[in-house]
Amino acid sequence: MKSAQFLRVVLGAYIVLFFAYLFGPLILMSITAFNSSEFPRVTPWDCFSTDWFNVLVEDKRIMTGLRNSIIIGFGVVCLSVPIGLAAAMMLTQVGRRMKSFFYTVVVSPILVPGVVLGISTLIFWDRLGTMFDASYNSVFYNGIFLSILGQSTFVSAYCMLVFTARLQRFDPVQEEAALDLGATNAQAFVKILLPFLKPAIGSAAVMAFLASFENYNTTIFTIVSESTLTTVLASKVRFGINPSISALAVIIVVLTLICAIIHEAMKRQEARRAQAAKDERVVADYASVGRFATSPWGIVLLVFLAGLGTIWLATRYDTASCKMRLQDERQLRLEQSTPSTPAVTPGAATPGTTTPSTTTPTTTPSGSEPAAKPYQGIFAPQNLDQVAPKDEGEAAPAGEGKSDGESKPYQGIFAPQNLDNVAPKSD
Amino acid sequence: MSVDVKLEDVWVRFGSFTAVKNANVTIRGGEFFSFLGPSGCGKTTLLRCISGFQEPTDGKILFDGKNMAGIGPNKRPTALIFQNLALFPLMSVADNIAFGLEVRGIGKAQRRKKADELLDLIALPGQGDKKVGELSGGQKQRVAIARALAVEPEILLLDEPLSALDLKLRQHMRTELREIQKRVGITFIYITHDQGEALTMSDRVAVMSEGVIEQVADSVTLYDRPEKPFVASFVGENNDFRGRVTSVSEGYAEVETSEGLFRGRVSEGNRDALSGSGPASIFVRPEALKIAGTATEASNAFEANLLQEEFEGNMRHLVLESKGGQRLRMTLVNDGHVLDYGPGSTVPVVFNPELAIVLPQEA
Ligand SMILES: Nc1ncnc2c1ncn2[C@@H]1O[C@H](COP(=O)(O)OP(=O)(O)OP(=O)(O)O)[C@@H](O)[C@H]1O
Ligand SMILES: [Mg+2]
Repeated sequence: MKSAQFLRVVLGAYIVLFFAYLFGPLILMSITAFNSSEFPRVTPWDCFSTDWFNVLVEDKRIMTGLRNSIIIGFGVVCLSVPIGLAAAMMLTQVGRRMKSFFYTVVVSPILVPGVVLGISTLIFWDRLGTMFDASYNSVFYNGIFLSILGQSTFVSAYCMLVFTARLQRFDPVQEEAALDLGATNAQAFVKILLPFLKPAIGSAAVMAFLASFENYNTTIFTIVSESTLTTVLASKVRFGINPSISALAVIIVVLTLICAIIHEAMKRQEARRAQAAKDERVVADYASVGRFATSPWGIVLLVFLAGLGTIWLATRYDTASCKMRLQDERQLRLEQSTPSTPAVTPGAATPGTTTPSTTTPTTTPSGSEPAAKPYQGIFAPQNLDQVAPKDEGEAAPAGEGKSDGESKPYQGIFAPQNLDNVAPKSD
Repeated sequence: MSVDVKLEDVWVRFGSFTAVKNANVTIRGGEFFSFLGPSGCGKTTLLRCISGFQEPTDGKILFDGKNMAGIGPNKRPTALIFQNLALFPLMSVADNIAFGLEVRGIGKAQRRKKADELLDLIALPGQGDKKVGELSGGQKQRVAIARALAVEPEILLLDEPLSALDLKLRQHMRTELREIQKRVGITFIYITHDQGEALTMSDRVAVMSEGVIEQVADSVTLYDRPEKPFVASFVGENNDFRGRVTSVSEGYAEVETSEGLFRGRVSEGNRDALSGSGPASIFVRPEALKIAGTATEASNAFEANLLQEEFEGNMRHLVLESKGGQRLRMTLVNDGHVLDYGPGSTVPVVFNPELAIVLPQEA
């Protein structure tokens, strides 16, 4: 009895941990999108704000990258799905020895590092371009074109795997039956095989689009002078990040969620319809409110309502005045701390961060000396809760940590904006 | 309307394996013709040759004298009902039936009309909108037939279409198939490993064994006058006495077996093979064996030990063991007489040479 209970507790803890591991970063990032702070973070919470969504939409580079990513994604879908389908069908036709050889050939792009694919695509088309003496505006140097080709090499292999899985369940006698009834090969393909493959085509297309959309390794080479969302984001991380990225993440997460839920809803509806065909009472039974609320459509509705609520809150909530108030507080703190020795402000300090005031100067990003009082003062509140626990990591400004609140090096990297924005106002 | 099918020296080889060996048979137009043989004897292979899915390695297939070599399955006047039916699961019943018309570019209204007609024919009126998965086994069977008939084939090929059904339904469908064949009047070529099916439905049957067509005949001839030992033992039950031929004369031969010298009939075709004193078998049906004293004319006589009696109401089956140690079966009609012999007793057995068949055995 006891051990069973213990096991259940452990299992529960494991599940919680697992989900925290999976979704923790996503949730945290989503929250940062609504913090008015210049840097994506949750604590300290400045003001609730939806401004970052505006910033995102107005960011030309991100928007161009997004547009290119979508164009490339569609291109890859249009190219990879037919290629993958053809390859999968080929596999079912050829003899056994030929089969394993052909399979290896088609699958090999998955095994080749994306970087290699990218570089080789680029070089190949560059050589071709040189051969034909093409200008840099020609298709040989078109980043979108090259990216579609480069990504399709391995995405079509993924598609082929999806199709072979489905084709294995196809009864070839079906096709023979169609032929026997007078269908041509083309008719048998269109009327028998394609309808059977429809679900696989759908999932292959979605998978191809997503694989293309998130690809970086290959794209960074094949995109040449243009940009996709991933390359823009990567370069942004290098030059400073702000929560508009989080806003983008929120949009993508929500879109994914809604698509997944709708997909699930449609699947369940299908199953229900099949059930209903057997037993008509089930339909009537299903029409209760509780069932609806827990059904996927109900969840979509709830998500939609939650979204509306957020927007409504956002319009009600006066971010500007909150920011103003925050500004005043900072000003006040600044004034308090300048005359005396840099005292720890009680409001911002958490128990673990009550570091001796002497350490504060040494951990400021710019390596400023104690004499550079104004700057030090401005940074003090933030530094106190973020830097102190990380004292030992201060010498690693190139650290790759993702979470905002934990590292000071990032503060250093991303600080320039903070400096620009905050410092002038403090004068 | 109906077409005759002629196989001329047809061979089919898969690598080193020969699935069909020198098949020669003519199937007449409008006939219900069956291929009967154990599993793996090459029946499906032969059928695929006729429908065009398999090119014979050697030999010719002629429809009304026209060589079919190189003509694809969609160009032949045949329709095949597959061993597993191969209905299209994503289509409704009506769409399945009308598929052959759809690919021929026939309009929707006309297709629907034809499908409804055929649904009436197979006694499933008004069920065209059902999904294939919602049908019972027997209904699927009938839909497969309707789908094949919709293209108005001149030859309908059926590959063990009843093997998936239960006994009752199978017997019902036998009658139904036969009736449909009479109604539409086209050539049916039917494949089965079930001799009951073949014998009850067919005008003629070809018995196959290991790729060889052993005998082509109507059901009665197959049963009463088998030409090959395989046919004799595969079709119905038979007692097989092995021995050597001692003499052949006037349609009869005498065979020296371990039970004694027996006389039996010899067909014209086997006469030459039996001259000389080669190995031979004399086949006697269980119902041709009688207990001595009850039969009027019976020159072949021997004694056997009664092992067991199985009582089946109208019939009595006796399991006997001959002096030479051979198991035999005897079937007696239950005419109200009490059997004089109990298990363990010796029974004098006789049989009529008229009902015994002498066939040459391979050395
Ligand atoms: N495509 C093929 N390649 C190799 N061998 C084959 C092929 N098709 C059939 N065979 C072989 O030919 C033989 C005859 O097969 P076939 O399918 O004609 O048997 P069948 O008489 O229809 O048997 P069943 O009653 O079990 O359906 C079998 O031994 C089978 O293994
Ligand atoms: Mg078969």
